[in-house]
Amino acid sequence: MAGETLPPMPPERLIELNDVAVHFSLREGLVRAVNGVSYHVNKGEVLGVVGESGSGKSVTVRSIMRLQPKTALDAGGAIRFRLPDGSVTELNRLPRDGREIRSIRGRHIGMVFQEPMTALSPVHSIGTQIARTYQLHTGASKEAARNRAIDLLARVQMPRPREMVDVYPHQLSGGMRQRAMIALALTCEPSLLIADEPTTALDVTTEAQILDLLRSLQAEFGMAIIFITHNFGVVADIADRVAVMYLGRVAETGTVDQIFYHPKHPYTRALLQSIPRLGQKRVHRLKTIPGMVPDPFNIPAGCVFHPRCEHAVAGRCDVAEPASRTFDGGQIARCHLADSLPELVS
Amino acid sequence: MVGFIIRRIAWAIPTLAFVSFIAFFIIQLPPGDYVTAYAAQLKHSGEYLSPDQEELLRQQFGLDQPIFIQYLDWIGNILLHGDFGRSLEWNANVSDLIWDRLGLTLAISTLSMIFTWAIAIPIGVYSATRQYSFFDYVFTIFGFVGKGIPEFMLALVLMWLGFVYFNFDVGGLFSAEYATAPWSYDRVIDMLKHLWVPVVVLATGGAAGLIRVMRANMLDEMGKPYVETAYAQGLSERQVIWHYPVRVALNPFISTVGWALPALFSGDIIAAVVLNLPTTGPLLLKALQMQDMYLAGSFILILSVFTVVGTLLSDILLAWSDPRIRYG
Amino acid sequence: MSTLASTAPEDVRQEERLYTAKPWTLIWWRFRKHKLAVASLVLLILSYSGALFADFVSPYRPFDIEKLQTFVPPQSVHLFSANGFEGPFVYGLKRSRDPDTARVIYATDETRIIPVRFFVEGPEYDFLGLIPTKLHLFGLDDPKQKLNLLGTDALGRDLFTRLMYGARVTLSAGLVGVSFSFLLGLGLGAISGYYGGMLDTSIQRLMEFIRSIPTIPLWMGLAAAVPIAWDPLYVYVLITVILSLIGWTYLARVVRGRFLALRNEDYVMAARLSGASEFRIITKHMLPAMTSYIIAALTLAVPEMILGETALSFLGLGLRPPVVSWGVLLQDAQNLRSIALAPWLLLPGVAVVIIVLAFNFLGDGLRDAADPYGR
Repeated sequence: MAGETLPPMPPERLIELNDVAVHFSLREGLVRAVNGVSYHVNKGEVLGVVGESGSGKSVTVRSIMRLQPKTALDAGGAIRFRLPDGSVTELNRLPRDGREIRSIRGRHIGMVFQEPMTALSPVHSIGTQIARTYQLHTGASKEAARNRAIDLLARVQMPRPREMVDVYPHQLSGGMRQRAMIALALTCEPSLLIADEPTTALDVTTEAQILDLLRSLQAEFGMAIIFITHNFGVVADIADRVAVMYLGRVAETGTVDQIFYHPKHPYTRALLQSIPRLGQKRVHRLKTIPGMVPDPFNIPAGCVFHPRCEHAVAGRCDVAEPASRTFDGGQIARCHLADSLPELVS
Repeated sequence: MVGFIIRRIAWAIPTLAFVSFIAFFIIQLPPGDYVTAYAAQLKHSGEYLSPDQEELLRQQFGLDQPIFIQYLDWIGNILLHGDFGRSLEWNANVSDLIWDRLGLTLAISTLSMIFTWAIAIPIGVYSATRQYSFFDYVFTIFGFVGKGIPEFMLALVLMWLGFVYFNFDVGGLFSAEYATAPWSYDRVIDMLKHLWVPVVVLATGGAAGLIRVMRANMLDEMGKPYVETAYAQGLSERQVIWHYPVRVALNPFISTVGWALPALFSGDIIAAVVLNLPTTGPLLLKALQMQDMYLAGSFILILSVFTVVGTLLSDILLAWSDPRIRYG
Repeated sequence: MSTLASTAPEDVRQEERLYTAKPWTLIWWRFRKHKLAVASLVLLILSYSGALFADFVSPYRPFDIEKLQTFVPPQSVHLFSANGFEGPFVYGLKRSRDPDTARVIYATDETRIIPVRFFVEGPEYDFLGLIPTKLHLFGLDDPKQKLNLLGTDALGRDLFTRLMYGARVTLSAGLVGVSFSFLLGLGLGAISGYYGGMLDTSIQRLMEFIRSIPTIPLWMGLAAAVPIAWDPLYVYVLITVILSLIGWTYLARVVRGRFLALRNEDYVMAARLSGASEFRIITKHMLPAMTSYIIAALTLAVPEMILGETALSFLGLGLRPPVVSWGVLLQDAQNLRSIALAPWLLLPGVAVVIIVLAFNFLGDGLRDAADPYGR
């Protein structure tokens, strides 16, 4: 568990989370929002994180940035990040408002948020917001920062970037705002971009455009992306690897192909069966997952998914929490029955 | 922006017309008119006006005209000649009496406003960023009590405390030796020594209210996503707070400057009566008690005009600081 | 928290209770959580009953002059003397003159113990204006001795008595003024919010006009026009009308805002679609949803009225002696000399502050509780 005994990160590894736990102490009780999450991202790789609302995916990435709400308690685990010079920092040990983490935020790790409507300051022009970040991390002159902003706006394919630089967020459409948001996150060419449901608030056409843009920017800048979404379709579109989260834990990780064609965890399978796919037989009825996400104060004992799992075995799944098991090709699943599930019929 | 300012100024004109009408209405309120009052005054000093003479005077002053014509006369004299009519009580032109006092009222009100802001903004920000801390509770209590204490009560209590414990008279704006002296460095210093009392009296109520507004606005704003975005850029807590949520939380503040002015003028009048300040308050009160209506009406008119202009300025300021309004 | 799987049965019952409770019950439950607001409510009820039964509660009559008891400082009621427990009592007063300044000074005489009695006979009055009686809540047995809980003024009148009688005028002026502005505000606010359009714009403009005039000078101007010789009752009514002429804009704003918000609610649309008449929609669907907000806004408007009355009377432009109101009482405390001599004359001001705070707390509590389904 403890950070000291962790093996050194392989050189291609950009960020690695080991057993990260974040708890909230509320008046109603302790909420274990994130309870032992482990995943990693290699340099230049896109990791899709999928899960329902409340599964802890946003809280996890916020603890990478050390941006949790004040009520959050770091309850253990390690987050290790490789800086461009090759050295490794343990992010979870940095003070939340300290100098070190601030020099990483916005410079080595950029973040794109869900609500383009409200995630940009309403009283500053887009150019000002980008320039401020650039000046903060590079100490560049006002002039240089402004040129940088124009350059970035051009690279996120905003039309007429020279004019757009002086425009305020409320004058833009949702898609344009999200482009500005991406430009802001890429200001200092970070090695990791965290995108927290960046397309959820957009309509489907705009979503496709933004995804295209992110893909081309990734090719251009070569940064790694942690892409959070609840939409499997989007994951298939953009991700190299996938982590499926449920109730503050990673149920399964693997490559896109592994997750989509050989899911080992019943939750992943249930999710996949609940999405329509092209080429399915017409009589096929979409399955739903029975029950609801349990409330965070009363997390089920044993495997947290067992009350809703169609394969749950009494006396086993409701007693012991399953350990992570690694399979061929690096696929990892957290289920007692991971290799004994019946074959999928589709 | 220019278009906005022009539109806003155009809106202010009917408001100004309305307040001038109200002021004239108040002048007309007491039974009788200027001539009745003038006749009564003459009678006091032993002279006597016959009804015919009164009638002649009425015609001379245009008091036999319909009320609307009288209003036009009155406002026309003010606008064209700066002539506000005559004060019977002082036997002088109103315009000779009011400007000094209005200047002081304006000075005290402006100073109080600056003082209010200087207190309320940092405290509001502090209370919001350290919610439920010890000092947050202290300021919350101050906010409630400050809002509940009327200005005259605060002035009375300060006067009493100053007299009993420090044995000095906090009333007035100047010490006796400077009261009628021409303006000099020493006189200004002397005035500053006295000025803090009315400023504290006037600022307390306003600051108490604004601290609560600022705190609530800040708490609202700090929960918004753009603040998290700012943190995610690597800005420090201080940079984030003062550049982002404070900027936005200040907007409702700026828009209420205009509403703060009437409250300050109102407070100033009462506090001035209690503290015996040479501002509008005591003179307005005396004019009303003596039914010296041209003097009283002029005060009300000019105070209202100040308010309207203040509101106008605050709207323009708001448009300048909040792009959503400028382009909205 | 909407859960199915794992809620304990007790929680379910509690939630059931929450779902089936009537709106007013919900409001009461939420209001009860604000300790300060509940305490304020109790205090206000006590004050208003004290004002209503002022003649019974106070030991004397407001105009009883005692030439030998001028500027008596507040007397404290003791329970224990040098001899141990005595029950409530006051010490006798020794009156003397300062040889230098010739001012009257009072010293407590610890040898004379005068017990305070409850339900004693005192000056005669008509209880509630109907039943002639001499019974007072408390007082001293010996009519020669006086009990001045809050001291006396320049004419030796008991300040506590005058404060209670003054409460009648001041506290009721708040309520009367608010009811006037309630009529204006509710009417114009409802019209403005419900019909919108030109009517809304013109009412909005009118409100802006009124709000752009500094209140105190306007009040003063209007109040100064009230003839001095008039019956105090007329003056009282006129002053409250003047106060409410300006106060209604705040209420109208609240009402209009709620109307605008409610007009677009789905359930109002549903009522309209199912053919309910305009009148029915307003009275049966919209008004009940606003009552709690209006009550909260009214509560917050009362202190403004009380402060207005006090300020005007204090300046001598509102109510005038012989009427007793807190503002009139404070006129005695207008100059430094009398405050320095008799600081207890400021007590009516303290009463104003307490009542204003109580109304503010109560109003805040009500406003927070006003939305029964909010969190």
